Amino acid sequence: MDTHSESNSKTRHPLLAFAARWLLTTNHKEIGTLYLCLSFLLFFIAGSMAMFMRLELFEPGIQFVDPLHYNQILTLHGLIMVFGAVMPAFVGLANWLIPMMIGAPDMALPRLNNFSFWILPFAFALLLSTLFMEGGAPNFGWTFYAPLSTTYGPPSTDFFILGVHMMGISSILGAINIIVTIVNMRAPGMTYMKMPMFVWTWLITAFLLIMVMPVLAGVVTMMLTDRHFGTSFFEAAGGGDPVLFQHIFWFFGHPEVYIMILPGFGIASQIIPTFARKKLFGYHSMVYATLAIAVLSFVVWGHHMFTTGMPLFAQLFIMYATMLIAVPTGVKVFNWVATMWRGSMTFETPMLFAIGFVMMFTIGGFSGLMLALVPADFQYHDTYFVVAHFHYVLYPGAIFGTMAAVYYWLPKWCGHMYDERLGKIHFWVATFAVNLTFFPMHFTGLAGMPRRIPDYSLQFADFNMVSSIGAGLLGLTQILFLYIVVKTIRGGEKATAQVWEGAEGLEWTIPSPAPLHTFATPPVIADGDHP
Amino acid sequence: MSQRDKKRHTTLLLALAVGMFGFAFALVPLYDVFCEITGLNGKTSGQAELLAEIDRSAAQEDREVKIEFLASVARGMSWEFRPMDKEIIVRPGTMNKTTFFVRNRSNKTVIGQAVPSVSPGQAAQYLKKIECFCFEQQKLMAGAEMEMGVTFYVDAELPAHINELTLSYTMFLVSDLVGSNEHEHLSSHNVR
Repeated sequence: MDTHSESNSKTRHPLLAFAARWLLTTNHKEIGTLYLCLSFLLFFIAGSMAMFMRLELFEPGIQFVDPLHYNQILTLHGLIMVFGAVMPAFVGLANWLIPMMIGAPDMALPRLNNFSFWILPFAFALLLSTLFMEGGAPNFGWTFYAPLSTTYGPPSTDFFILGVHMMGISSILGAINIIVTIVNMRAPGMTYMKMPMFVWTWLITAFLLIMVMPVLAGVVTMMLTDRHFGTSFFEAAGGGDPVLFQHIFWFFGHPEVYIMILPGFGIASQIIPTFARKKLFGYHSMVYATLAIAVLSFVVWGHHMFTTGMPLFAQLFIMYATMLIAVPTGVKVFNWVATMWRGSMTFETPMLFAIGFVMMFTIGGFSGLMLALVPADFQYHDTYFVVAHFHYVLYPGAIFGTMAAVYYWLPKWCGHMYDERLGKIHFWVATFAVNLTFFPMHFTGLAGMPRRIPDYSLQFADFNMVSSIGAGLLGLTQILFLYIVVKTIRGGEKATAQVWEGAEGLEWTIPSPAPLHTFATPPVIADGDHP
Repeated sequence: MSQRDKKRHTTLLLALAVGMFGFAFALVPLYDVFCEITGLNGKTSGQAELLAEIDRSAAQEDREVKIEFLASVARGMSWEFRPMDKEIIVRPGTMNKTTFFVRNRSNKTVIGQAVPSVSPGQAAQYLKKIECFCFEQQKLMAGAEMEMGVTFYVDAELPAHINELTLSYTMFLVSDLVGSNEHEHLSSHNVR
């Protein structure tokens, strides 16, 4: 609890008191806010890097960004979006919502929570500072394949390694905190099978984090010793193998992509029932489907590296295992649709974003199935088709999910309703812009345009110009979103405790805005209550 | 639940994280074993086969396998490196010998290490070497040249559908030496 900082604040200078409050806070709501603000800031930084890339790709030829800087911007865009925007945003939502959803007064390990957050600004400051270093920032893509990152990496690679270590520690500690909270601090009567879906998806995500973030730490450690301490993990001359890097990286990397989407599944599973005014269809199957996706994610890393040369049986196994993931994912999509079926639906902004999430994530899922096919993958590999695929699952997936969550719970957090008209404009413009940006990439990719190159052949010019126009529009919608959020925090129509007519769950039983301390005495969950 | 439960769970989860960090390193030997079994990365065995252990009765006099040789140098390597024979026809189970030519084009003493690779990778485990320059590091004075031999046989167990394979060597720079004793510690780390 932060009574300590509160009592001290009376005697100190207001600015010091403000700094102390946010630096030392152990309150889950305040830490959640910190996470969300940092991820929004980093989202803007990484997003502006995307603007530079799309500016360069507006026309064929090299106009604005030379290839060296293009590579650096591209690398940092990926790294910051993955580790700085999407992951901290979900951790922020977890901090805000999990204690309120399970009826706990706070996270289980509040001081650790503070520590996990405050590592992050330093990690990203370190990563961003590489842009100004001699030799430039890391330029090998967010996947930092050896030997690009070992033998050929710029000197700043070592700062990147330290930054990744810090992010990893933050994520692991955050995940431990979330699991301990969920396991130990549920209100009496809230059995596992009564937990809201968002809590379930985060519990599974946290386990994935604990399993794979240390593997990422391991692989960057090997890079570090290869670079400076004479080992040859990835160096063929010394008996190592660069392909080993890809195996270890993707053993982390594939579960990582589910880390970036499972909480989004949870958010959609909270929002859709509210605005369909029905219970979530197939709650149990949702839980088991999420578990199945998480387990399968550990055996399919090879589909990122079909072209490295693999025994036929390994290719077949990985191809079938990958396609098998479509089954639990399909279960989830059908459950969301079945929840909406014959519901009395209304289309407030969170619902629009949630439906957009389901539809466009499914498009990304289908292109994923195409990539899972070994014979086809040889053509799609390293083209814009891959770029289109993962932006469809990440933008309308992870980012739309986060935005849906912000619109849905913002009235609970700050006590004001957002501007519904502006919210709807935001959704429709963003949806139009996302598709304008990323859909043409399917075509350029199938036609063979390679990814990560600042120039391209003339035949791709029209589609790239369309993509760039879409990207510019998409960038503008972020400013609109920022405006809507700030406006809502500063004032607006008062929100009721329940906020939404169809909302169910513990977080809607406390007043809006949620007081700093909630559920000091745990609520009792009646036997009949069911998510 | 109690404070003790929280502590216990935290410790267990931390242990899991530490264990997974170790697992990342365990993947290195696991990968080597996996590659040795499947020939995944086309690496041949780094060990010389013992002449006495060869089963000469299994020789297949009527089967012909074409072997092509490739040689290349890695970045920063100043050597000329090429096979003396572009390709040879061998009979599985019988002994063969070929040589590679190497010349140090720089004005320094250079230590190099050749790393073999077999394509298709599946054939790697059937290519057995009795003697190979790749088993140890090679040292060439400035301007010096040398012919290096490989003595090998193709195991008679080689799957029937493989009748052509490529043995390629990449020569890596281990160190440039200008009369220093630096190679003393370099030659101590043994490589394939």
